[in-house]
Amino acid sequence: MKPSAFVHHAPRSVEEALAVLAELGHDGKVLAGGQSLIPILNMRLAAPGHLVDINRVAGLDTVEIKPDGVHIGALVRHAQLERHDGAFAHLPLLRQALVNVAHPVIRNRGTTVGSLAHADPSGEMPAVLALTSGYVDVASSRGTRTVAAKDFFLGPLESCLAEDEMATGASFGRFPAGTGTAFAECTRRHGDYALAGVAAALTVIDGVITAARASFVSVTPTPDVLDLSDLLAGIAPQDCDWAQASDMAIAHVDPDTDIHASADYRRMLVGVLVARVLAEAAFNATASAATDATGA
Amino acid sequence: MSEILRTDVEPLVEITLRVNGVKHTAAAPTRRLLSDFLRHELRLTGTHVGCEHGVCGACTVLFDGTPMRSCLMFAVTAQDHDITTVEGLGQPVDGAEMPTMSPVQQAFIECHGLQCGFCTPGFLTTITAYLKENPDPTETEAREAISGNLCRCTGYQNIVKSVLRAAEIANERGDSA
Amino acid sequence: MFGAPVQRREDPRLVSGNGRYLDDLGQDALAAAFVRSPYAHARILDIDVTDAIDIPGVLAIYTHEDLDGKTAERLPLLIPHPDLTNPMTGYCLSREVVKHVGEAVAMVVATDRYVAEDACERIKVDYEQLTVVVGLEKSRAAKVLVHAEAPGNIAAHMVQEVGDTAAAIAAAPHRLTLSLQIERSASMPMEGRGVYARWDGDEQSIRLYSSTQTSTGVRAAVAAKLGMPLAKVECIAPDVGGGFGVKIVHPWPEEVLIPWAARRLDAEVKWVEDRREHFISSAHERAQLQDIEVGFDDAGRVLGLSVKFWHDNGAYTPYGIIVPIITSTQLLGPYKPGAYRVEFFSMYTNTVMVTPYRGAGRPQGVFAMERTMDAIADYLGLDRTDVRSANFIQVEDMPYDHGLLFQDGRPLMYDSGDFPASLAKLKELVGWDDFAAYRTQAAAEGRRVGLGIGCYVEGTGVGPYEGGHIQIETSGRVNVSTGLTSQGQGHQTVFAQIVADELGVPIEDVFVTTGDTRRFGYAVGTFASRAAVMSGNAIALAARNVREKALRIAGDALEVDPGDLEIIDGIVRVKGDPESSIALATVAVMSNPLRYAFDESAKAATQFAHTGAMDYSKPPVADGEEPGLEGKGYYSPTRATFANGMHAAIVETDPQTAEIKILRYCVIHDCGRMINPMIVEGQVHGGVAQGVGGALYERMVYDDAGQLLNASFMDFLMPYASEVPHIETGHLETPSPLNSLGIKGAGEAGTIPVSAVIASAIEDAEGFPITSMPISPDELWNLRRQHADGLIPDLRRGSRAMATATSNATNATTTPNATNATNATTTPNA
Repeated sequence: MKPSAFVHHAPRSVEEALAVLAELGHDGKVLAGGQSLIPILNMRLAAPGHLVDINRVAGLDTVEIKPDGVHIGALVRHAQLERHDGAFAHLPLLRQALVNVAHPVIRNRGTTVGSLAHADPSGEMPAVLALTSGYVDVASSRGTRTVAAKDFFLGPLESCLAEDEMATGASFGRFPAGTGTAFAECTRRHGDYALAGVAAALTVIDGVITAARASFVSVTPTPDVLDLSDLLAGIAPQDCDWAQASDMAIAHVDPDTDIHASADYRRMLVGVLVARVLAEAAFNATASAATDATGA
Repeated sequence: MSEILRTDVEPLVEITLRVNGVKHTAAAPTRRLLSDFLRHELRLTGTHVGCEHGVCGACTVLFDGTPMRSCLMFAVTAQDHDITTVEGLGQPVDGAEMPTMSPVQQAFIECHGLQCGFCTPGFLTTITAYLKENPDPTETEAREAISGNLCRCTGYQNIVKSVLRAAEIANERGDSA
Repeated sequence: MFGAPVQRREDPRLVSGNGRYLDDLGQDALAAAFVRSPYAHARILDIDVTDAIDIPGVLAIYTHEDLDGKTAERLPLLIPHPDLTNPMTGYCLSREVVKHVGEAVAMVVATDRYVAEDACERIKVDYEQLTVVVGLEKSRAAKVLVHAEAPGNIAAHMVQEVGDTAAAIAAAPHRLTLSLQIERSASMPMEGRGVYARWDGDEQSIRLYSSTQTSTGVRAAVAAKLGMPLAKVECIAPDVGGGFGVKIVHPWPEEVLIPWAARRLDAEVKWVEDRREHFISSAHERAQLQDIEVGFDDAGRVLGLSVKFWHDNGAYTPYGIIVPIITSTQLLGPYKPGAYRVEFFSMYTNTVMVTPYRGAGRPQGVFAMERTMDAIADYLGLDRTDVRSANFIQVEDMPYDHGLLFQDGRPLMYDSGDFPASLAKLKELVGWDDFAAYRTQAAAEGRRVGLGIGCYVEGTGVGPYEGGHIQIETSGRVNVSTGLTSQGQGHQTVFAQIVADELGVPIEDVFVTTGDTRRFGYAVGTFASRAAVMSGNAIALAARNVREKALRIAGDALEVDPGDLEIIDGIVRVKGDPESSIALATVAVMSNPLRYAFDESAKAATQFAHTGAMDYSKPPVADGEEPGLEGKGYYSPTRATFANGMHAAIVETDPQTAEIKILRYCVIHDCGRMINPMIVEGQVHGGVAQGVGGALYERMVYDDAGQLLNASFMDFLMPYASEVPHIETGHLETPSPLNSLGIKGAGEAGTIPVSAVIASAIEDAEGFPITSMPISPDELWNLRRQHADGLIPDLRRGSRAMATATSNATNATTTPNATNATNATTTPNA
């Protein structure tokens, strides 16, 4: 399965890339990691006349730890972010989710910003962006803007990026002190797309839950956040049976049936995963509180 | 920027890569996948193609030392980078037909880690890189490390054994895998 | 060397990237690509190539209209059978109608594959869609026909019976019926098909390379189709990246079209299929619906077994009805039912054709029998191994004639095997008797575990024959050739082991060639776990012939009786007097009287080189003799030799998500004497992995329009290492009495019982019957819900155990009654 012909552009700077994109309009596609795009091209499911290969653009491969979160450039590979100890310390959810993205070798090349731009409902990182109230840096020759997660994903495989726009980076927000996070997904085989996945952040202050949020993989058309705070606030984690949270999540999601699993089964998985993930997040919350307390 | 050589078939660009330590230049269309460029423009047929959608892993090569799917990269993107293929894993020996086997290659032979051999190059490169970072894996870790490559012949039992044996051999030899 | 885990001679080459697979060859050849039908059933109204023909780099575009001579005719029916009353094969390029998605409609030849695919995209084919039949239910309902020539969509209808089954079942104390289902999977080797042809205009000959399991088969078929003398066609199987059955089919349309195009264009042409092509235009296997009725006694002995099944053969039947015949016969396994009747319908559907995939119908047969055995055991409240034991063919019954004809057209007669011993070994390996305690402990931890078992017998080493040829060069190098092919079975090693032993030469001096018609022209192919038995024995015979000649010549030279000679490390020497010796290499020199010495060693054979007295009345080459140290042998058995095996698995199912995990997988395997135990074990491992794939992950999903929905590795789920458990193996060796090496085949063993074993284990964990495989967590979860709703009955195990505990009865005899619980008719899971 060989791709159709295309003109290859290899800009060296963001400005150059944006200038090319401005000229090309809908016939140009940005190539970063290529782990999602190139299979599509190989199967001739798409045949853009031009590829804007940004792999040589300078300055896009940094991971920055900022007080309010973790900021990554468009060329940060999943593996790079996964291994980044600073990012893990600041926002453990990143690594917790990233180890579920495809296989390690795919993560060596695929970029996290690329997977955000791809907006696959089965992608793990869009769910993480949503849960962390993150945002995407968008640029075009017309200027730059930041788009919050809730506005970035318009539909399955559809982001808000205009034809001449490129995502140059993204920022995942930090959670307040006392928050534990967890991520879990169910797949048919190791490394496959999730049948269902859940990311959760749960804040415990003085032994009781003050906030709880979850976002989902593969069971909503775009990543969104389910706020469970009202349901769980004031309860001590060890007294929680999470069942109501599961029910609320099951009512919230909207899975499809496909050849791998039915919608009903996915809903059931969501219920099971929410309980598991909230419990784990709660455990991590109290563990990190203990660590913070000892000043470690 | 690559030089574009126009022909009446399809525009070609000159692509230069370092493969197994040797600089190669060849002309190919921009859409030439790295896997095909290695195999056909450079005639290094050790890297194999099983699916062209990134799932089977037979095409895995080392890109600046890191394993990546060569079927999911264009040769033109790999320009000026260092590629290691299965042909570059062993140590060449002057005057000998066959290079000395690397610890991973040797382990596969000892442990019957291959049958038809088609998926093998992808495992060898992946495991070579893996052992550099994790020189002493447990059996569980070894199995996890190879769980991104498909094999239809071996049932993976002996490939897991090969990972562990390769770690041993590298240790015995006092060098890296 | 025989019996030793010798490291493979193939490996140094393959691990250093020096394999020579099909696409590694013919780097300068033209590339072919195909336009393939996007519809499952359609009439071709028009093919318009105008937008494609002028693309730079395109040399030619062909459709059926361009084909001449026999290439325009249908592809051959490889294995006719009297019961295959409505066979159907396809054309090399579709003629008027397409019968499945993926049929080749047009061929493009271009400078490279990328350009060829560009051209394919621009070829406009006008189709008129016709109604489509997908799945066995629709096929047998026959509201729509796949082929007008096959009424009822029936390609074949076959009945075999031994004894009066209806009477036996009616008279039996107990009766059960089962309805079972197995879904389609496929061989799916990591290397797809490929063909590379070189036309030699000077010689008017073709040299053809194909990633095939039968180079002699391809050669003959291509010569026939191209109207060429056999002597002008050679076929070579290079390194082949797996076959597993799919590459035994021949000739593929491409195997005819590529050399045809090469001849037409006077060029080298190559075609290498991509993964999607492999999914939609090669072959699949496994789908069957099975109805079983069994009558049995209180010990679970099968008094009468009646099986009726429908086999999905896809759109065409080039391989005949071999797969359902194998199901019919191998279903019997290690058992001797009182009476047996098997009836099958081989059905057409508008899908990819069905030809053998590792196991080739045995997995389906074993599934039927083993589910039946479990059902009987459950019904009677007996241990599942006790019921099987009660039905075993015993050692003293061997050779055991079932009274049926096997897939080779010869009697289904088991030569040897010790089934009780195999079972005892398996029970020990898996800890069968300790499982109840383990299950109780797991239950206390909130875990759900189950133990399953499956037994099989495998007919291996089917004929008609294979041959071997050995030639010892004057350098001492031993060249061995056989006509069948290799796809990773280590033939270059195991055959060298045989020769090293038979000839007494170092294995390093032995070089084996397989699958090259230039080197050995008479062969059948590699399939049905036959290579070791067939070529192994043929090569052994050839080696003995060479040895005998070498000893004769050496005996003459050393002036001793050949019986006093031995060959050690390539040196022929007198037993007990090692100084008196002559190298085999020298014997090779002497075997070929020369006029011209081509090197130093050859001098010894020239006409003036003799020492001592010469008998001038004798010619240099005696009557009936041939020059050279060569030998040939053919092995042609009267019937197959039967290997056997038994597997057990412990699975755990997640009480919430119904995910299924195999905790332990145990194999006891008996293939007679093993040439190389390491290679045999590797074959078993690979087979088990494919079996696990087929039990839990792999299924071809067609929609009602005949579109294959999962034609990629993303959605057709083959197991990674993470999905395959650690496999524990034990071996038994009951030698085959049918060949001098005592060996039986091993290639398919690992795959055969796995679906049955996993179904058995899941059923044991869940407490309700599993009648349809493969099974996914979603499907298991659905079954649980149906079971909770009372739509699926309990296994009686639970209730019977309680009944036994309260009433203190040990062998609770059930009287046949008419309640639903007794006639546990299970329906296939939707």
